[in-house]
Amino acid sequence: MVTTTPPVTEKNRSRRARSAARPGDRIFSGLSKGSGITLLVIMAAIAVFLTYRAVLAISKDEANFFTTFEWNPAGSPPVFGIAVLAYGTIVSSVIAMVIAVPVAIGIALFISHYAPRKLAKPLAYVVDLLAAVPSIIYGLWGAIFLVPYLDGLNQWLDQYLGWTYIFDKSADGVARNLFTVGILLAIMILPIITNVTREVFLQAPKMHEEAALALGATRWEVIRMAVLPFGRSGIISASMLGLGRALGETMAVAVVLSPSFLLSGHLLDPGGGTFAQNIAAKFNEANEFGRDALIASGLVLFVITLLVNGAARMIIARRKEYSGANA
Amino acid sequence: MKLSRKNGLRASAIGALVVSGALVLSACGSDNNNEPTKGGGEKTSAAASNIKCDGAKGQLLAAGSSAQKNAMDLWVKNFQAACEGVEVNYQAIGSGGGITKFNQGQVAFAGSDSALKDEEVAESKKICKGGTGVNLPMVGGPIAIGYKLEGVDNLVLDAPTLAKIFDNKITKWNDPAIAKLNPGAKLPDSTIQAFHRSDESGTTQNLGKYLSTAAPADWKHDPKTKSWPAQGGQAANGSSGVATAVKDAEGSIGYFELSYATANKISTVSINTGASAPVAATTENASKAIAAAKVKGTGSDVALSLDYATKAEGAYPLVLVTYEIACDKGNKAETLPTLKAFLNYAISEEGQKVLADADYAPMPAEIAAKVRAIVPTLS
Repeated sequence: MVTTTPPVTEKNRSRRARSAARPGDRIFSGLSKGSGITLLVIMAAIAVFLTYRAVLAISKDEANFFTTFEWNPAGSPPVFGIAVLAYGTIVSSVIAMVIAVPVAIGIALFISHYAPRKLAKPLAYVVDLLAAVPSIIYGLWGAIFLVPYLDGLNQWLDQYLGWTYIFDKSADGVARNLFTVGILLAIMILPIITNVTREVFLQAPKMHEEAALALGATRWEVIRMAVLPFGRSGIISASMLGLGRALGETMAVAVVLSPSFLLSGHLLDPGGGTFAQNIAAKFNEANEFGRDALIASGLVLFVITLLVNGAARMIIARRKEYSGANA
Repeated sequence: MKLSRKNGLRASAIGALVVSGALVLSACGSDNNNEPTKGGGEKTSAAASNIKCDGAKGQLLAAGSSAQKNAMDLWVKNFQAACEGVEVNYQAIGSGGGITKFNQGQVAFAGSDSALKDEEVAESKKICKGGTGVNLPMVGGPIAIGYKLEGVDNLVLDAPTLAKIFDNKITKWNDPAIAKLNPGAKLPDSTIQAFHRSDESGTTQNLGKYLSTAAPADWKHDPKTKSWPAQGGQAANGSSGVATAVKDAEGSIGYFELSYATANKISTVSINTGASAPVAATTENASKAIAAAKVKGTGSDVALSLDYATKAEGAYPLVLVTYEIACDKGNKAETLPTLKAFLNYAISEEGQKVLADADYAPMPAEIAAKVRAIVPTLS
């Protein structure tokens, strides 16, 4: 083989590097190519299956799939719509993000820049452990522990912030509402946001930080001028990962929420629903058509997640100059 | 950096292992708490000796209603103790899921809170070669109306009042309609927090059937729906979720199988049916109500038509009957002996007797006799 190799010119060298002449290279390249294609095929198969079942269901829906406030595919005529689910999913996720992102950034900064080493490591492990707790456990904890405790907070919010409309508690009931779900989701998405943000903060160029310190900046000024701008795209990516989890969280929401097919801006009233929660609650007893309808609602969630991820990518792409690759 | 990250991973993996291990252990602990403790172990093992195994062997798969799960657990335990080498695996995935699995041929029998619908019977003909799926009622039980109200021990309600409470037409505990049924009780001027199931359920369906039969003027919702038909109120997931919610919230009311009320020490409502005295939710009273049911199935099918509006003395009208669904002809040859032996035990006198230990109601004698005659003819 070596003897047949043509003289090494600039052109040949580059071709040889590309065409992977050795068997090991060829096998590995084939394997990785195969894996990539398999993944695409699996995804395509899932997408085709979901779309097919969803189309079957929606074509028999007697009401507008996007604007109906009802879910009754077993009725005659079948009537179901996702308006309430889409609203509940987005609202609960937004509440979760509003609470979780600042807290997660705070924890990440504390671990990476403030805490003594002895405290930072265990704290980081504990945050990671939060991610290992199964969501049904969060749900049970939420329903048994969190809900009774949040009743007081709900009443307080109603009393002092009732004028904001969203914190006006118009119906009596315990705290099985979208607000509680948002708090629970915030706790659940905390570890992933914290973890990724912390990693990004740790990668902030030491030179910048030291230079700032040398100029007499305080630690907070260092963080504000060197760490946060550098980590911005990382924070956004981490938040999107968290948002993805919040959008799709199933069991915890199903256990905590008191769903109803009503659209209400009063966050403290029991009611609302999310895509994943609705699927969990209706799947067991649904007949085949009912399951198709649930799959159709799942597809909508899939599309929403896709849009969110696309938006995040666009934001990150605009801020490329700060991304870790260029540092 | 890379090295320390690896260590971090390992450490968190170990931590995760410890936590999940603890969770697994604690899960076991809570399971034991839920198990009915009234029946002594000795009694059930003594009964086990009378079980006829009749060539039962191997694995018997079944799935369906979660309402009869505790009864099934008891039966399976006793049956497996008596018949060596037999494994009965009942997955409590819900009636709808059980029927779907049965009609796909994945399970030998399904448990269901409601009898097969016409289209499900038609579909079952594909699996039951030369026969159809039949409903065999084996477990009954009262659906308790549980409540939490400080200072009120023996709450009495009737069907119209219940319908109005669950439909949010009566919203205060000191409503005249409730006060009239409970003379002398100190009813507070607080809001009623009515809880229903957030998931679809045969329990909800039975409550709906009861309310629309016994109080047609006050409950105008679709009685067949398994999801909650009324607007308003609050919801929780599963009977256990509703029971927990009722236990936690002062001034609450909700419905669940009696065993959940017993396990959580929740007071239950006695129903004024029009009989001389209000009827409490007990297994015995539920059996009396089921005895008033008519058999609407033909041939080997023993689908029941319950009389929810019964006024018989001591009959608790809000009951749930769950069926085992199997083929009358065309069951799979390899599981048929096990299927027959197991169902035979379940409907036998001992099998029915242990039900009361788990807060279920045994089938009344007449219906049990009918099912007992049918099980040996399955083929």
